[in-house]
Amino acid sequence: MERRRTIRLTVNGIRYEREVEVRKTLADFLRYDLGLKGTHVGCEHGVCGACTVMLGDASVRSCILYAVQADGQEVLTVEGLSSPEGPLHPLQQAFHEHHGLQCGFCTPGFLMSALELLAEKQNPGEEEIREALSGNLCRCTGYEGIVEAVRAADRTWDRG
Amino acid sequence: MKPAPFEYAAPENVEEVLELLGEHGEEAKVLAGGQSLGPLLNMRLATPGVLVDINRVEGLSYLRSGDDVLAVGALARQRSIERSISIPRRWPLLHQAAPYIGHVAIRNRGTICGSLAHADPAAELPAVAVALGARLRIRSARGGREVEAGDFFVNYMTTDLAPDELLVEARFPPLPPRTGTSWKEVARRHGDFALVGVAAVVTLARDGRCERVRLVYTGVAPTPFEAGDAEEMLSGESPTRELFGEAAERAARDCEPGSDVHASAAYRRHLVRVLTKRALGEAVRRAREEG
Ligand SMILES: Cc1cc2nc3c(=O)[nH]c(=O)nc-3n(C[C@H](O)[C@H](O)[C@H](O)COP(=O)(O)OP(=O)(O)OC[C@H]3O[C@@H](n4cnc5c(N)ncnc54)[C@H](O)[C@@H]3O)c2cc1C
Ligand code: FES
Ligand code: FES
Repeated sequence: MERRRTIRLTVNGIRYEREVEVRKTLADFLRYDLGLKGTHVGCEHGVCGACTVMLGDASVRSCILYAVQADGQEVLTVEGLSSPEGPLHPLQQAFHEHHGLQCGFCTPGFLMSALELLAEKQNPGEEEIREALSGNLCRCTGYEGIVEAVRAADRTWDRG
Repeated sequence: MKPAPFEYAAPENVEEVLELLGEHGEEAKVLAGGQSLGPLLNMRLATPGVLVDINRVEGLSYLRSGDDVLAVGALARQRSIERSISIPRRWPLLHQAAPYIGHVAIRNRGTICGSLAHADPAAELPAVAVALGARLRIRSARGGREVEAGDFFVNYMTTDLAPDELLVEARFPPLPPRTGTSWKEVARRHGDFALVGVAAVVTLARDGRCERVRLVYTGVAPTPFEAGDAEEMLSGESPTRELFGEAAERAARDCEPGSDVHASAAYRRHLVRVLTKRALGEAVRRAREEG
């Protein structure tokens, strides 16, 4: 039993080894220890979805998960969707084209939730899209653009 | 907010978990999905000295339906109910209720047993477990025991579990033939905790009468509420809309909802009436389809 631990994990394809306090959330670890500030922290109790990332192949709230729990696993954050040189991921491109964001605070979380939905399912119905995104809150856009963007990305994303 | 400092252990087998829980008792908390514990820690509503993370324990993630009982290990995630092939067919009530538990990201982590152990009176799975007559296997360093779901929930967020005990498995018996089930709830928004939810399990006799009915509610009492009088009134009777209405009245009369910022007691009673009728109608229709 300890208060600090050394963890090894892969984030966006890069392997890291870090010592962390065991009470550090995965969200804070990504932001402050790895400098990956795309993952946002809003409510810090699992409600708003801004901190959503992929752990293995499942979306999780990184604000209610501890960094030590990701030891030995793979994490994908919004920074891993496309490289700085581009091109944008089809989901990012669709959010851009269909006015799926304004201030952008909620966007990384929406992208990760949408990614999980579209990876599991092609051609989801509007209700399914809304349900899949129901755990993500946006204070700006009113969701229409976001739903439209996910629909568009479904058509343009070649899952290969 | 950030959690208060705690000591952390991630044991790899059940014996070690039980040893740690035995050693630290009240000071320790099991960390399963963390989807209820995490928020409590972040808001410092809980400040345990020790977290025993069970996520590294081998062989606890199973959903096993081999011997006609559905055995659910302590680490089986809520989302696995939705992905299972046998559950929709053989334990449909679990499958009907699961999508109402929070959101996908919550169900990806949250465990079935964790929801039972947490015993939130608004949660779906405790009511489902009572309605299906689930049996809960509990272990501690002192030994093992089994409790019926109906006896497990003691009070608001309080179960029969002692601080050194682990809920290792929930066992759901098969449904009898000619049984239909239904889950109905009203929440302000999809994924929010329901104001009121109801599980209906109806078994029809060969002549089409109700042989056995179970009606268990969330949100109207400190524990899952079973409307015993309404259940009894229906058994032996031919299911009709009038009878469903009468059962709904009895359930609304007997439950003990509170008022809070989300809904008044009167509104919750109203929801009990509406949802009881809908759930009974659907469960009976499904029981008939079962032939
Ligand atoms: C935004 C949000 C929305 C939600 N909406 C809903 C909803 O609509 N309906 C709903 O039912 N739930 C909802 N939840 C709660 C969620 O389903 C939780 O996952 C669940 O209640 C607890 O399961 P867990 O595995 O996460 O347990 P944890 O959070 O890990 O633990 C909860 C408690 O149970 C104890 N515990 C856990 N497992 C065991 C065990 N095997 N033996 C002994 N003790 C144990 C822990 O020590 C702790 O006290 C929501 C959560 C969030 C964050
Ligand atoms: S910050 Fe994690 S869900 Fe809001
Ligand atoms: S774009 Fe501003 S919160 Fe969603």
